[in-house]
Amino acid sequence: MNWPETFRTGAEAVQAHRMRSILTMLGIIIGVSSVILTVGLGQGAQDEVKSQIDSLGSNLLVVSPGSTTSSSGVRGGFGSSTTLTLSDADAIADSSVIPDVKQVAPVTSSSVSLVNGTTNWTTTLVGSTVNWLDIRSRELSSGRFFTAGEVASSAPVVVLGSDTAGELFTGTAVGQTVTVNGSALTVIGVLESSGSSSSETSQDDTAVTPLGSASSVTGTSGTSISSIYVEGAAESTLGAAYQEINSLLLNLHGVTATEADFTITSQEALIETANSTNRTLTVLLGGVAGISLLVGGIGVMNIMLVSVTERIREIGLRKALGATPRSIRRQFLVEASMLGLAGGIVGVIIAVIGAQVLPGLIDQPVSLSLLATAAALVTSLALGIGFGVYPASRAARLTPIQALRSE
Amino acid sequence: MSEPIIELDQVWKSYETGAFTVHALRGIDAQIQEGEYVAVIGPSGSGKSTLMNILGCLDVPTSGSYHLAGQDVSTMTEAALAEVRNRRIGFVFQQFNLLASMPAWRNVELPLVYAGVPRAERRERAIAALTRVGLGQRADHKPGELSGGQQQRVAVARALVTEPAMILADEPTGNLDSESTTDVLELFDELSELGRTIVLITHEHDVADRAGRQLLVRDGQIATAVGAA
Repeated sequence: MNWPETFRTGAEAVQAHRMRSILTMLGIIIGVSSVILTVGLGQGAQDEVKSQIDSLGSNLLVVSPGSTTSSSGVRGGFGSSTTLTLSDADAIADSSVIPDVKQVAPVTSSSVSLVNGTTNWTTTLVGSTVNWLDIRSRELSSGRFFTAGEVASSAPVVVLGSDTAGELFTGTAVGQTVTVNGSALTVIGVLESSGSSSSETSQDDTAVTPLGSASSVTGTSGTSISSIYVEGAAESTLGAAYQEINSLLLNLHGVTATEADFTITSQEALIETANSTNRTLTVLLGGVAGISLLVGGIGVMNIMLVSVTERIREIGLRKALGATPRSIRRQFLVEASMLGLAGGIVGVIIAVIGAQVLPGLIDQPVSLSLLATAAALVTSLALGIGFGVYPASRAARLTPIQALRSE
Repeated sequence: MSEPIIELDQVWKSYETGAFTVHALRGIDAQIQEGEYVAVIGPSGSGKSTLMNILGCLDVPTSGSYHLAGQDVSTMTEAALAEVRNRRIGFVFQQFNLLASMPAWRNVELPLVYAGVPRAERRERAIAALTRVGLGQRADHKPGELSGGQQQRVAVARALVTEPAMILADEPTGNLDSESTTDVLELFDELSELGRTIVLITHEHDVADRAGRQLLVRDGQIATAVGAA
């Protein structure tokens, strides 16, 4: 029997027992769609993290204070010490020392309560310089950002994040006044929404003031800062900038690399950290889904064995009429792989539909990967073939007399 | 006389069943000429079914030789035997053995599928064979829509379609009522008159009487040959 005939016969056999074929495929369908969807969810989460981190700004390095060690030897976490100062930021900004840096924004941040009449809202008060807007790649939706003059004079002005403005004011925020710890700040602008959807690290719930204004409002010293945002001149020289800042700060602080009291993180490092968690989850869930795919394959084998037993007379007849063991084996193999592949195709269709529906239900983006889809399809076909081999060779080994005699 | 189409020479068939060996066939010698209509008759347990399996190339003898249309088939591999069955033998079974999911013509074309005949030609030949057995109008009916006698005639058409050297019928009337039996046996008579070689295995004497010659099998041997040799 040639291949087209074999395929036709296989398709007929699959169709002849439609219900059973569908139930057999179910395992493969569930396996394939869950593999594709878990990989898609993992990929979607990674994409989201990447876009969030990218939205921080481009070619960004963040210098944070290191940990403190108290006299009793207890070490605080990163950022617990106050080793970074404004002069560190100024030194980094000095282009004669570090040529690969484009601009620098020292940042202080503290949690404060903003009050507008009877409304109050707790948010992060960021103190910085004019460079902040550009380095963080932010835009204003209304009003203006503070000027270098206002930074120099520590003017009592504030720029609000879009969410913060929405919480505090019902109408236009620009021109209004908010009170922080008793000091009044004039709202001069509102930031454009960054489009980031994650609620925990919203870029839209913030208030930005000149450095000096922030420290006078919060009553902290004017020199210690919580981090320094550095924008590299170019992506290609970011590594060089990293090295330059590192050795400059080691020098300034008079410490060796092992005692460094600061850390420099790049976006890539942030993405990497976030992704490694995601990847673990994806691998775990994908593994579970993969096992269900395997179980689906065993289902195919089970049904094919039933099918061989049930069609033993047909096999005998076909052999009597001239089917060689090889063509019988091929017929059952084709049938099994059709079940596998058909299950795979239906699984892909369900995964594609799921990828449209799921984000609405669980608030998680799903990005379908072509590679994962193709791999799942190939796997389903391979499962069909792999688990079809044993039933098929059992069918092929039957002698025609045995097969014809059975009732 | 021309070369016999079937030539059995000291054919033995033995089965190992545990401690001892059962000899189902004990040295069968037989010759069947082209165009003969032979009935193989014998009580159950006589070795008649084993003989039918060997004649049908469904099994090979333990010793001895079997020539079918000049070919020694007693030492062939399974794949080679499959081809011989396909080309040389048309089977008619007691249980009809039609595939229920396929219409009559698809059942009839099945041997041609394994012979590698192109599709269009297959259908043409299948319809011709069905017409030959008087079922040309029923080609698209499934076996379930046909009477027992009609189903057996579809099976005969399937046996005819490859133009085999021999039609081997195993109790072809065993599952039929008397009217259908007459019907099918008349068909065999006609085919015999047209020069087909027919070997019919039966335990019913009135069925065997229609054949030109009877081979009586008893205890694994040919006991009597009735009729012209």
